[in-house]
Amino acid sequence: MFIESADLGPLWLTLRLASVTTILLLIVGTPLAWWLARTNCRFKVVIEAVVALPLILPPTVLGFYLLIALGPNGPIGAFWQNVGGTPLVFSFTGLVIGSAIYSLPFVVQPLQSAFDSLGNGVLEAAASLRAGPIDRFFSVVLPLTRPGFLTAITLGFAHTVGEFGVVLMIGGNIPNKTKVISIAIFDHVEAIEYPQAHLLAGILLVFAFVVLLAVYAVNKHYRLART
Amino acid sequence: MIYIKQGLRKFFAGFALSVFFASAQAGEVNVAVAANFATTLEKLTKIFEAESGHKVLISSGSTGKLYAQIKLGAPFDVMLAADSERPQRMEAENLAVAGSRFTYATGRLVLWSVQPDKVDKEGRVLSQDTYRHLAIGNPKTAPYGTAARQVLEKMGLWEKIQPRLVQGEDIGQAFQFVVTGNAELGFVSLAQVKSAESKYPGSYWLVPDTFYQPITQQAVLLDRGRNNDAAIAFLGFLKGKPAQAVIESFGYK
Repeated sequence: MFIESADLGPLWLTLRLASVTTILLLIVGTPLAWWLARTNCRFKVVIEAVVALPLILPPTVLGFYLLIALGPNGPIGAFWQNVGGTPLVFSFTGLVIGSAIYSLPFVVQPLQSAFDSLGNGVLEAAASLRAGPIDRFFSVVLPLTRPGFLTAITLGFAHTVGEFGVVLMIGGNIPNKTKVISIAIFDHVEAIEYPQAHLLAGILLVFAFVVLLAVYAVNKHYRLART
Repeated sequence: MIYIKQGLRKFFAGFALSVFFASAQAGEVNVAVAANFATTLEKLTKIFEAESGHKVLISSGSTGKLYAQIKLGAPFDVMLAADSERPQRMEAENLAVAGSRFTYATGRLVLWSVQPDKVDKEGRVLSQDTYRHLAIGNPKTAPYGTAARQVLEKMGLWEKIQPRLVQGEDIGQAFQFVVTGNAELGFVSLAQVKSAESKYPGSYWLVPDTFYQPITQQAVLLDRGRNNDAAIAFLGFLKGKPAQAVIESFGYK
């Protein structure tokens, strides 16, 4: 069985979307997770709850509000269009924003617990050796929390690959722009093209299993290495 | 323990009996309906329920999706498709009762925008550069999407328009893209536009029926509803004059 050329587009687009989203989430999520792990601010629990919202909200709820907020009459969409000139809905950028919100807890939560378990001792030791904050982050924090980063990257990436409801609501099913693999599978099933649906769904299934296997194996390896 | 078990048994027996009697008095019919007809059906359902005492449960989606679900044993008694092809196929595949098929409505396609004066009376706006997105139903699974494709092909615009095309799962979603202002234009059904008219006046072009194959919307009694009195009564009601008058008032022929 060979993959149709029409299905290569969605496959490639999905990988691109998941990569861009993961990178964006690392940039935004790392300081956020660091702040959550260190702060004594009273509003910490509120922010934690907001970060965790996408875990329990149906993607259609997210998609519905994104459709309105990112649309030409919505606050974000109107601003974007004034600055950049192109609408966000039905675009790759729109999908990246939607996916970043959708996958946020999958990146922030592992990072936060990694930073939590770090303790103050090592950082104080590094500070007493006159390491600056950036130096401390890259030469102390990063190596010690590597498993947390690996978990965050793999889960953020994999969760974005599996996204469906948000894209269905704001995507518009445009080849090479918003037609991701989950939508392509949905289309094949609707049109009773089961062999194609099987092939794509099978690829995703194997992919998800391999990713989870890697996450658990890495975590086990690091836990053993520490003890 | 034994007492509890007996109590439970009595409870379930009573429950089963009450369900049985309830169904003997007033039936229930599960209707699968094409997205474009959902609003009209809700109105019809109210009249039918008040008249007959039967209850109607509605599931809407694209005709193609509903057909695929029925093939896999979805629990529907009646199918109101947006085309004649799939009801025919269902009869041939013994998914539907032979001879139960009839046309309940003929759909009309419109090019619609929520912006007033956006759409002219000949659809010339389609070949201009004044819009970014055109929403249609999925031509593979939604008959109104197929009709939209035929119109664009007849106008020689299908290839050219590809980058601007956004596809909803059915025309319910295409409609939603237009309502939210995300697509300036959309091919939807006249019935949808009419039922939204008070809230979203907008502008539309009623596409001449020479531009596309007639959207003959057919109903069938599904195999599961074969002995369901409520389903049979509902189809009878749908064929009747009062129901047909309501259907016409919603923008069908």
